[in-house]
Amino acid sequence: MAESTAEIPAEAPAAESSTAPPPLKTTPLHGAHVALGARMVPFAGYEMPVQYPTGILTEHLQTRASAGIFDVSHMGQAFLMGPDHVTVAKALEALVPADILNLAPGRQRYTQLLNEEGGILDDLMVTRSAEEAQDGVLMLVVNAACKDQDFPHIAAHLPDDVRLMRADHRALIALQGPKAAEVLARHCEGSAEMPFMSARQMSFDGLTCHVSRSGYTGEDGYEISIKSAHAVAIWSALLRDGAVKPIGLGARDSLRLEAGLCLYGHDIDVTTSPVEAALTWSVQKRRREEGGFPGAERVKRELAEGPSRKRVGILPDGKAPAREGTEIQAKDGRKIGTVTSGGFGPSLGGPLAMGYVETSFAAIGTELDLVVRGKPLPANVASMPFVPNRYFRPPST
Amino acid sequence: MTDTKFTKDHEYVRLDGDTATVGITDYAQSQLGDVVYVGLPEIGKAVTQGGEAAVVESVKAASDVFAPVSGEVVAVNAELEGAPSTVNEDPLGKGWFLKIKVKDKSEFDKLMSEAEYQDYLKTLS
Repeated sequence: MAESTAEIPAEAPAAESSTAPPPLKTTPLHGAHVALGARMVPFAGYEMPVQYPTGILTEHLQTRASAGIFDVSHMGQAFLMGPDHVTVAKALEALVPADILNLAPGRQRYTQLLNEEGGILDDLMVTRSAEEAQDGVLMLVVNAACKDQDFPHIAAHLPDDVRLMRADHRALIALQGPKAAEVLARHCEGSAEMPFMSARQMSFDGLTCHVSRSGYTGEDGYEISIKSAHAVAIWSALLRDGAVKPIGLGARDSLRLEAGLCLYGHDIDVTTSPVEAALTWSVQKRRREEGGFPGAERVKRELAEGPSRKRVGILPDGKAPAREGTEIQAKDGRKIGTVTSGGFGPSLGGPLAMGYVETSFAAIGTELDLVVRGKPLPANVASMPFVPNRYFRPPST
Repeated sequence: MTDTKFTKDHEYVRLDGDTATVGITDYAQSQLGDVVYVGLPEIGKAVTQGGEAAVVESVKAASDVFAPVSGEVVAVNAELEGAPSTVNEDPLGKGWFLKIKVKDKSEFDKLMSEAEYQDYLKTLS
């Protein structure tokens, strides 16, 4: 028996180096993972838990049924700071296609750093501080494997009155699942009422933290940014709750795949545009019309004429998973695309994949073949998410 | 009388007359994690020692199961297709993958004994 595909999840590989790889970095929760019996693996330059003793399947289902906590402290956190919101928003808008100017205080938005060709350098979350005293502060969270490229890239493109401050001293803990809200409410007053994609500075049992209602699982949940020195206290407090179990990177990957969310370096990269990647929802109307971001010409052209290829969800008819790299064929045997993420969905109870296909094959229900171990296996283009999202949107008043 | 041998790729093979029952070891299933798919060969397929015989997939990865001995596939454990987690629960029993009619018993004789396999495991990790 030998492993024939790489261990996933893996973000984009760090830049190649001719010297020996540097020693792996650790997060402030490394000792906690080891004490829990986690299987630690190298990931984006860090030694991270891929799973705990109960295994990926159990962790995945735990998150969908109750709640799970994830150490995502390897991700890149930073503050973009300037004299006022307009100045800082405009500085960031020169690099991303989202409308940051009209992002309200305490709100969060998903966007992408683009290159001049409209390719995606990384995807990120941008949060505008809710505090009036912090007008002119945006919080950024980028991918671990990209942070050492992203932050210099951003810093190099800023006007004189805006600066980027890395927050490497901060840890990040995600609490996800249908019971996340009731769990966090025991520690953070007011957290249960926060709508999806909002953020606030809060007190967690007296410790100052920055909480956003978002995540990477398709479930309701939060991401809690705290000083590294407080990471163990908050992690342990959450874990003492009977509804909460620790979840590793393995289940994080299967959860996000079922939710139809992109993994940078796999489903999106420097060759893919936001339009090809079916992320046009994240390019707001004002930016589509005004442009003014790298690659705007390509994005506008693809919006008007349609992209030549598109990211789609794919459901195999049978039980065999189709992994990343699997060739996608039309029924006549012609290659029309490639799987960029694929595996088994524990909540779905079967295989699932996403990948790029020629646009004429992108309609929901289109029949395709996936070439797995040399054999074409029938599959269909499917809508995403593969399992329903359960984001918290309070009734509008 | 039956005898069980092991490979460095963590397959086991149990010989009964000239029929070899093949599966993956307890160590292999624990390393793989939750098995979610098992791909089995056609009955009648000729396999050669070290060649691909079956596929086992966990949530995170796909792995090949190699034929520990050459011969013809005479049976497969079709129950695994509906219940792949049997591989985790009972790898050396109900979690067997396939049976091979052995061509050359000397191939079997050269594989590791259980004691040798346990020593080999100690050299890993």
